[in-house]
Amino acid sequence: MFDFIVQFLGVSSQALFGQLLIGLINGAFYALLSLGLAVIFGMLNVINFTHGAQYMMGAFGAWMLLHYLGIPYWGALILVPVIIGAFGILLERLLLSRLYHLDHLYGLLLTFGLALILEGLFRKQYGSSGLPYNNPLPGGIHLGFMFLPWYRGWVVLISIVVCLATWFMIEKTKLGSYLRAATENPTLVRAFGINVPRMMTLTYGFGVGLAALAGVLAAPIYSVNPIMGSNLIIVVFAVVVIGGMGSIMGSIVTGFGLGVIEGLTKVFYPEASNTVIFIIMAIVLLIRPAGLFGTPR
Amino acid sequence: MRWKALAVSAVTAFAAPAAMAQISDGVIKIGVMNDQSGLYADLSGQGSVWATRRAIEDYCKTTKCEKIEVVFADHQNKPDIGSTTVRQWFDVDKVDVVVDVPTSSVALAVNNITKEKNKVFLVSGAAASDLTGKACSPNTVHWTYDTWALANGTGNAVVKTGGDTWFFLTADYAFGHALERDTAAVVEKSGGKVVGRVRHPFPGQDFSSFLLQAQQSKAKIIGLANAGSDTTNSIKQAAEFGIVQGGQKLAGLLVFITDVHALGLQTAQGLILTEAWYWNQTDANRAFSADFEKANKGNKPTMVQAGVYSAVYHYLKAVHELKSDADGSAVVTKMKATPTEDALFGKGEIRADGRKIHDMHLFEVKAPSESKGAWDYYKHRATIPAAEAFRPVDQGDCPLVKK
Repeated sequence: MFDFIVQFLGVSSQALFGQLLIGLINGAFYALLSLGLAVIFGMLNVINFTHGAQYMMGAFGAWMLLHYLGIPYWGALILVPVIIGAFGILLERLLLSRLYHLDHLYGLLLTFGLALILEGLFRKQYGSSGLPYNNPLPGGIHLGFMFLPWYRGWVVLISIVVCLATWFMIEKTKLGSYLRAATENPTLVRAFGINVPRMMTLTYGFGVGLAALAGVLAAPIYSVNPIMGSNLIIVVFAVVVIGGMGSIMGSIVTGFGLGVIEGLTKVFYPEASNTVIFIIMAIVLLIRPAGLFGTPR
Repeated sequence: MRWKALAVSAVTAFAAPAAMAQISDGVIKIGVMNDQSGLYADLSGQGSVWATRRAIEDYCKTTKCEKIEVVFADHQNKPDIGSTTVRQWFDVDKVDVVVDVPTSSVALAVNNITKEKNKVFLVSGAAASDLTGKACSPNTVHWTYDTWALANGTGNAVVKTGGDTWFFLTADYAFGHALERDTAAVVEKSGGKVVGRVRHPFPGQDFSSFLLQAQQSKAKIIGLANAGSDTTNSIKQAAEFGIVQGGQKLAGLLVFITDVHALGLQTAQGLILTEAWYWNQTDANRAFSADFEKANKGNKPTMVQAGVYSAVYHYLKAVHELKSDADGSAVVTKMKATPTEDALFGKGEIRADGRKIHDMHLFEVKAPSESKGAWDYYKHRATIPAAEAFRPVDQGDCPLVKK
C-alpha cells in the first residue's frame, strides 16, 4: 500500500518520511500556539489577537535576557513565560477584564489593537530585519531518511509534554473542573466561594505564558523579528477554528495534523503551502461549523 | 496588519531664483516609496528617506536650489497598495519622481504607471532585471543592482570554485523568478547544471521542508533566490539541518548587510555575496555611514539606501540642467546624457535601457574572529568592473535599445 502511494506520488519514501517528520515539528508550534488561544477562548471567551505579539515578545524576551543579562536559553525557557505571563495578567486586570460582559468582538478589537501597538514598539526599537540567537543544541542525528537536528526533536518533545499536561490539567483535575464550571456559570461557581475573577486572570496569564514559551522555542530557529507573530497568528487562528474554538484536544490534534498536511503540500505543490490550511478551514466550516472537535454553543 | 504611513516630511526650502520657472507647481516633489514596516524596512524604509534628504542637502550646498519636498509611503510589499499610492501621488499630490520601491512586483506596477503619467521612477530597492529588459521604460532608471548583476557576481564566483550543480530555493514572486532565471542562465553558461528548484510562498517562515528537498537533490550548491528575512531564515535553518556540514554549500544570491547583522557572524561566516556598495570601502562612504548611523538607530546603510542617495543627487542635477521637471521622459533622457558622479558611487553612466552602470563587488562574510567591531562584516574578494557587471545592453530585449 505504502509502496503504491510512493510510486503514485513520484517521491521516494525517504523524502516522504522526512517531510512527515518536518510537518510534525512545525505542527508542534501550531499546537502550542493554538493551545494557548483555545485555553483563553474556552475559559474567558476572549479571541486573543495579541497572541502573535506575545509569541514575538517571548522570542525577544529570550534575546533580551541573553543580551542584557547573560541568561542563556535554558534559563529563558523558564523565566520568559513567567515574565510575559505576568505582563498578560497585568493586561487582563487593567483592560481585558472590563470587556467580559460585552460581545466577543470588543475583546478581539482590543487585543488586535494591542498587537499592532506592541509590534510597532518593537519595530521602532529593534528594526525589522531581526536579531541573532544561537542554537543551544547544535548538531543532530541521522535517522536514515533525514537529518534530525537535536533542537527540533527537543521542540516536539517539549510541546507534546506541555500540550498533554495542559489538557490533563483542564479536563481531568479538580482545578480544571472549577475552571470549566466557571465558564459555564460564573455566578453559581462564585456562590461556592471560588474566586472566579482571579481564576480568569490566572488562566489568561497561563495562555499568554504558553505563547511566550512558543516564542522562546522559536528564537533559535526562526528570525527573531517584530513581525514573526503576525506571520504566524493567522495560520494559528485557522488551526483553532478547524479544531473547534475552545476545544483543548481539538487544537492539539489539529495543530499537529495541519503541520503534517502543510508539510506534504510543500513537497507536492509548494506554491499552495500558504493556502492549504485556509482551504481546509473553509471546507471544515461548511461541513462542521463548530469545528472538528467543537460543540455548538 | 501594517499601516500606511504617508506623511509630508521635510520641506527643504531655499531661495528660488527666477531662472527656474519651469519647475511644475514651483516645487520638486520627491516621493520615497518602500517597505516601512515589514521584512524590507531596515534595508530600505526610513533609511532611504534619510538618504533622499541627505542628497538634497548635499546637492544644494553647491547649487542654488528652489523648493524641494520629500514625501514617503509604505507599500507593504503589495502591488495594489503601491499602485494606489503612486496614482494618488501623481494625480493629487503632484509628486514628480518616485524613488526606491523594493519588492519587484510593486516596482513593475509603479514602472507602468510612471510611464503612463510621464513622471520619473528611480529604482534602488527592487531587483528584477526585467525593469531594464522587457519592461524597460523611457521614464525609469534602475540604479543600484539587479538580478542579472547578482547572478553574474555570485553565480560566476561559485561555479568557478567548483559549485557546478545547483538547486534553487526561490521566493514565489517576480523578484525570485527573475533571480532564479538569471542565475540559472549564468550557471548553465559556465558549464554548470540546475538539478531542481522549489518555490516557497512569500514571505515564508519555515524553510526546513524546502531545505530537505534541496538536501535530497544532492546538488552541490543551494541557491537562495529570496531576500530579507526569507534569506536569514533559510540560512539559519540550513545551519540547523546540517546542510553545510553535509557537504552542500549555500549561495545567498541577495544578501544585504542588514541580513548579515540579523544572522550574526557565527551563522553567516563564509557566505559569498555581491553588493554594489559597502560602507567601509572609502572615506566618503564611512563619513556618510557615520551620519546615517546617528540618525538610524545605529544601523549602517545598505547599498539600497546609498543608491537612493546617488540616484536623487543625479536626478537633481539633470533637472537643474534641463531647468524643468515637468516632462518625465525628458528628465530621464537628460539623466542618460549626463555622466553620473557623486560621493558614494563615483563616476558612472546610465545606458539607453535605463540601467545605471558602476562596479559591483564580490564580498565574503568574515568569521567572528576576523571582525574588528560592530558592522565590520565583509572581506573584499573581487571587483567586477562596470562593463562586465551588468547584462549587455543588447541582450535584455529592451524596446528602447536600437539593434
